[in-house]
Amino acid sequence: MSVGITIKNALKKFNENVIIPNLSLKVRDGEFFTLLGPSGCGKTTLLRMIAGFNSIEGGDFYFNDKRVNDLEPAKRNIGMVFQNYAIFPHYTVRKNVEFGLRNRNINSQEIKDKTDRFLKLMKIDQLADRKPDRMSGGQQQRVALARALVIEPDVLLMDEPLSNLDAKLRVEMRSTIRSIQKQVGITTVYVTHDQEEAMAISDRIGVMKEGVLQQISDPKSIYQRPINQFVATFIGRSNILEGEVQVESGQAYLVVGNKGRIPINTIEQKNMENQKVIVSARPEEILLCKDDTGILQGIVKECIFLGLNTHYVVELETGDLVEMTQESTIEDILSNGTKVSVTFNAEKINLFGKKDGINIMQGVCNDICIS
Amino acid sequence: MKKNRLEIWTFVTIGLLFLFFIFLIYPMFGILKQSVISEAGKFTLNEFAKFFSSSYYTGTIINSFKVTVAVTVVTLILGIPLAYFYSFYHLKGAKFLFVTSVLCGMSAPFIGAYSWIMLLGRSGVITKALAAVGIKIGSIYGFGGILFVQAFKLFPLVFIYMVGAFKNIDNSLLEAAESMGCRGIQRFFKIVISLTMPTVLAAGLLVFMRAFADFGTPLLIGEGYRTFPVEIYVQYLGENGTNHSFAAAISVIAILVTAVVFFAQKKATDRYKFSLNALHPVEKKQAKGLKGALMYLYSYGLVLLAYAPNVYIIYLSFRNCDKSVFKPGFSLGNYRAAMNKLLVRSTQNTLFLGVFTLAVIILISVLIAYLVVRRNNFANNLIDTLSMLPYIMPGSVIGIAMVIAFSKKPLVLIGTIWIMIISLVIRRMPYTIRSATATLMQIQPSIEEAALSLGSSKIKTFFKITVPMMTNGIVSGAILSWVAIVTELSSAIILYNNKTITLTMSAYVAISRGNYGIAAAFSAVLTVLTMCSLLIYLRISKSEDIKI
Ligand SMILES: Nc1ncnc2c1ncn2[C@@H]1O[C@H](COP(=O)(O)OP(=O)(O)OP(=O)(O)O)[C@@H](O)[C@H]1O
Ligand SMILES: [Mg+2]
Repeated sequence: MSVGITIKNALKKFNENVIIPNLSLKVRDGEFFTLLGPSGCGKTTLLRMIAGFNSIEGGDFYFNDKRVNDLEPAKRNIGMVFQNYAIFPHYTVRKNVEFGLRNRNINSQEIKDKTDRFLKLMKIDQLADRKPDRMSGGQQQRVALARALVIEPDVLLMDEPLSNLDAKLRVEMRSTIRSIQKQVGITTVYVTHDQEEAMAISDRIGVMKEGVLQQISDPKSIYQRPINQFVATFIGRSNILEGEVQVESGQAYLVVGNKGRIPINTIEQKNMENQKVIVSARPEEILLCKDDTGILQGIVKECIFLGLNTHYVVELETGDLVEMTQESTIEDILSNGTKVSVTFNAEKINLFGKKDGINIMQGVCNDICIS
Repeated sequence: MKKNRLEIWTFVTIGLLFLFFIFLIYPMFGILKQSVISEAGKFTLNEFAKFFSSSYYTGTIINSFKVTVAVTVVTLILGIPLAYFYSFYHLKGAKFLFVTSVLCGMSAPFIGAYSWIMLLGRSGVITKALAAVGIKIGSIYGFGGILFVQAFKLFPLVFIYMVGAFKNIDNSLLEAAESMGCRGIQRFFKIVISLTMPTVLAAGLLVFMRAFADFGTPLLIGEGYRTFPVEIYVQYLGENGTNHSFAAAISVIAILVTAVVFFAQKKATDRYKFSLNALHPVEKKQAKGLKGALMYLYSYGLVLLAYAPNVYIIYLSFRNCDKSVFKPGFSLGNYRAAMNKLLVRSTQNTLFLGVFTLAVIILISVLIAYLVVRRNNFANNLIDTLSMLPYIMPGSVIGIAMVIAFSKKPLVLIGTIWIMIISLVIRRMPYTIRSATATLMQIQPSIEEAALSLGSSKIKTFFKITVPMMTNGIVSGAILSWVAIVTELSSAIILYNNKTITLTMSAYVAISRGNYGIAAAFSAVLTVLTMCSLLIYLRISKSEDIKI
């Protein structure tokens, strides 16, 4: 049985410091939900509130319809992978993994089979009879993963469970986690710093800043239609410029600098009005133009050939430095000091209203429950 | 809102507070009350006035203080070089040095004094031999004797502490100092000692507390040099009538003195707050040449000299003896005589007392450590502070306090073995609590949380996860507590009777009655017992590390 997690108006204080002021969130049944946010924004804190290790100063936590605020962690049927692994140092790897099973009424043959299976999945079966004290960080992390997964909990809470693995193992482990999660249908809340990992593994991502959820959405729309400047710059790279939207007879134009303008067709109807905006353009959304046809002029300051792409840093006439990525061409790459003319991919860039900082484009998706 | 759930730990807190109140606060309060309430039940400072108006009495505290300071300084001077040689050089037989010096520190409080009297006293073997060739050695009674005997008994504490501290010095610090031209003696003082200053102070305090409260040594070898633990005893059951009130007043004064020293040491330690963590432990050098020879001479000379009394006692125990006169020839006569003097009962009592007390101490320490570290609140901090009180209470003071509190209704415990257990638990508890707390602080709470998240109950988590992780830290301290319990004299002498007599007490009684042969037999059994405990411990723990 898997469960949905509902959090209503959660409040968390440490002494008088408010860490999470008022957070509401629905994690769907069987979903893989990832929390992303800068260090110290409260991800671990929220995870520990769900697990029941932190006191809750306000609000309600539900697993399905059952309020769990006062339920002991041991009775929540959760699996948790801690940021610092928390392996039992006095047990062997096998005993660590078995520990949760032994707390349930399961016969020993089944315990052994399950343990063996997860030791193999996490590629630590050779270590089964070793004590953890002389194991590497990555090995300990996999023990922690196996220990949390083997009990097939209703809710799986993982705090940066792959942070200590090398790149290859990390990709392997994340697909293992993902497939076990899907197979068993465990509702999962996952914390990571690694955006690529978040994109690859998640059904939905919640971006958090200073204890406040900014946007909850699927990876694609978080990346392509970030709700505000914070999300745009936190997920992937974005160039931020000042601009203006002008609406003339039902057609919107974006003006940046003082020369040209480009038509924009993807502004949400209700936002169609003249206004100052923040332009957020990812490196691949700024395009080089032949001759002088772009809306902005600039000078190449730096160029790096990366194979598939070439990376430029350009100083625009507005004084802003922007990063752009172009597909490499067969011609010579532009050298430093070359004058260039650029424009935007009008369909892909995002515009945030200067007043409220919210994205004014169509297709913005945010599942935050307003309550 | 999260309600403060009533959990089992709340009851543990209440239970411990209750126990502390009855067995610690109440007796302490009793001593205080006894010292200021006259027989007529009126408040009076007469006893204190009596104490301070007579130089005879003030002299005892001053004497105690003087000799204790001297002992502390001398043990530091003896112990630190030994620890330095041991930690920084490859000495052959290093393990032997370590174990032997630990054994010295573990011998019963009066064995040193007794044995040295047999060797160097007025009719001592060496004294006589030297007198025969015309050499006169000075008296070993009085100040010099106490200093001599206590220093040899207590320097191992400094040694053990310092070896632990030197382990945490990072080699690169020494190399850095050397590269800046700081070497030899200068480096020893500027770097090695400065870095380990907190430990030097901690060892100094421990030695001070032990020496200040030591009862056996000054009693036997002090003669005219009167110290306060002896004075308390004399006042408590002296020849010229007992005077509980006056004994209580002296106790209060003694506690004040130790409290002042305790806080002065705390203040001094605050100036040296830093933590050491050696990534590259010191590489031991070879001890070569004249310097090496001197190191060997010093290390082995000191350790063997300090251990000599124990060996001599064992030797004496097999000598023929009539009352206080040793005769030529060997036999088991002393042991046979000791059998008639409750040897079996003493041994049984000693073992029972040791095992039971240690078990209680460990249980209480683990609980308190858990409460203080994991359930930090006002009540638990209070428990922590209370549990440290006995650290500044000399053994004889605890003995007196127990008598005052528990010899009348509603709770009569005097004369039972339980009162001895209680006083020993109180006396040794602070040390084990410290090491248990320190151990638990280093264990991340998330390890326990992991167990909870895996469906393990709180109780089960505590016993299957927390306690096993703490055992290493506790066991290493427990061996010293064990030996201290087994060789306890200063509180036991006030609380024992014929039924609850221990080996230490039997030996002491034999000495005081002039049955020197029997005393040697009891002492020998005690020495062998402590030796076996240490060897068993080293066997089990498979390390030569002993922490205090
Ligand atoms: N036990 C505590 N007592 C006081 N403050 C705390 C405690 N635990 C966390 N905090 C504070 O709460 C804030 C959020 O911490 P949290 O550990 O949740 O951050 P995080 O998002 O997990 O960061 P990271 O990505 O670095 O792990 C931080 O400012 C932290 O200092
Ligand atoms: Mg964290």
